[in-house]
Amino acid sequence: MGVSIEVNSLNAWYGTNHTLQDITLHIPANEATALIGPSGCGKSTFVRCLNRMHETNPIGKVTGEVKVGGVDIYSDISAVEVRRRIGMVFQRPNPFPTMSIYDNVASGLRLNGYRNRRVLDEVVERSLKHAALWDEVKDDLKKKSGASLSGGQQQRLCIARALAVDPEVLLMDEPASALDPVSTAKIEDLIFQLKVQYTIVIVTHNMQQAARVAERTGFFLNGKMIEFDSTHKIFTNPSDKRTEDYITGRFG
Amino acid sequence: MVRIRFHQNLDDLKEKLLVMAGMAEQSIQRAVEAYRVRDLSICDLVDRGEMAINRLEREIDQMALDLLAMEQPMAIDLRFILAVIKINADVERVGDSARVISDRVRELQAFPAAELPIDIPRIANLASGMVRKALQAFIEGDADMAEAVLSMDDSVDKLNGGAHYALLNLMKKEASLAPQALNALMISRSLERVADHATNIAEDVIFWVRGADVRHNVGISTGNSQRGS
Repeated sequence: MGVSIEVNSLNAWYGTNHTLQDITLHIPANEATALIGPSGCGKSTFVRCLNRMHETNPIGKVTGEVKVGGVDIYSDISAVEVRRRIGMVFQRPNPFPTMSIYDNVASGLRLNGYRNRRVLDEVVERSLKHAALWDEVKDDLKKKSGASLSGGQQQRLCIARALAVDPEVLLMDEPASALDPVSTAKIEDLIFQLKVQYTIVIVTHNMQQAARVAERTGFFLNGKMIEFDSTHKIFTNPSDKRTEDYITGRFG
Repeated sequence: MVRIRFHQNLDDLKEKLLVMAGMAEQSIQRAVEAYRVRDLSICDLVDRGEMAINRLEREIDQMALDLLAMEQPMAIDLRFILAVIKINADVERVGDSARVISDRVRELQAFPAAELPIDIPRIANLASGMVRKALQAFIEGDADMAEAVLSMDDSVDKLNGGAHYALLNLMKKEASLAPQALNALMISRSLERVADHATNIAEDVIFWVRGADVRHNVGISTGNSQRGS
């Protein structure tokens, strides 16, 4: 099951550039939360702080608290454990190109020491089914490489790979921006199915997509969280003028 | 992404609706003038005006539909387009009401003029004033002004109710005046409907500006009271 995320006074820097400023919010469990805002507003940095990827940048620095399911990911558990609990899917699908479909999905488990063939088979099948890809690839699991799939299939393969290690949270950084409309619709349908089991945080430039898939939406601007509310409220009657000006295309 | 062309299209939509609304308001004034002076040539102007209003109604709906389909508006822009679609329908019905009055005036021509216990120009002034104020609120994006329109509806209802009662009594007492009284009754009823349409327009302005649904006397809420599209 998904877990809630509590963020308290989160600040992030790239060198001297203060890219996230005092972010505090509650992301409920088993919901999709969308983050919107103009380029460079800090939304991608924010999700990278949720699985400790920001700190992998040599000039990245983070302060504040992020609790995932009550566990402080910056003090209670290792970065490796954080990334097992919190999966991430990126803008461009990035399957391991030389690996088969099967090996792509099993890679995370193997890194964690799983070798039992039956267990791996079960997890691969379950993950591909959860990612709505199983029916399309079940006959070619070990014959085809991940790179041989279409862009939309590759993205769902990456989602299956993230799900294979049984995360609690799935972070998606513009997961459909490189896909055609049909593949985008499949990813959006998938988000609906996945939030039954996982908590989803999705960064998107596509506001209609945020409106379609997310229960809650946060608007970032210049490193600050300007407004965080139900998606319905944000897209029909936002409280902050800056949110309204952005989503109605008056700046951005 | 600043959407300059889209916002220009919203301005065009607003301007077109205001042209149509101006024509509808003028039609009511003409129809009442035709009643007052018993001039059928004015009724012809009302009929022609109604055809133009109907054509504009279709054009405005098409523009709004195109903007919804192609621009996928959000927040205040979405509320604006929804409000325009609804105001468009109300303005068209104001035009219909003018046509109804014009038809009654034509029928009245067959009967001698009579002193009737109803002040139709007065009801018309009140109803037209409500339409004018609701449209001014729409032009200025002023929810407070729109709210003031809502409170004006009662006086038109009272005048119409009083006229209804008085004209029924007249028909009972003086059967020979029944055609004149009946037509006056229908004109009064049409003007009362015009006031209702003005109320609807004012409610749509409040929805656009504040995002609050105040129809059926539900929740006049405060918030941003002035916007421009």
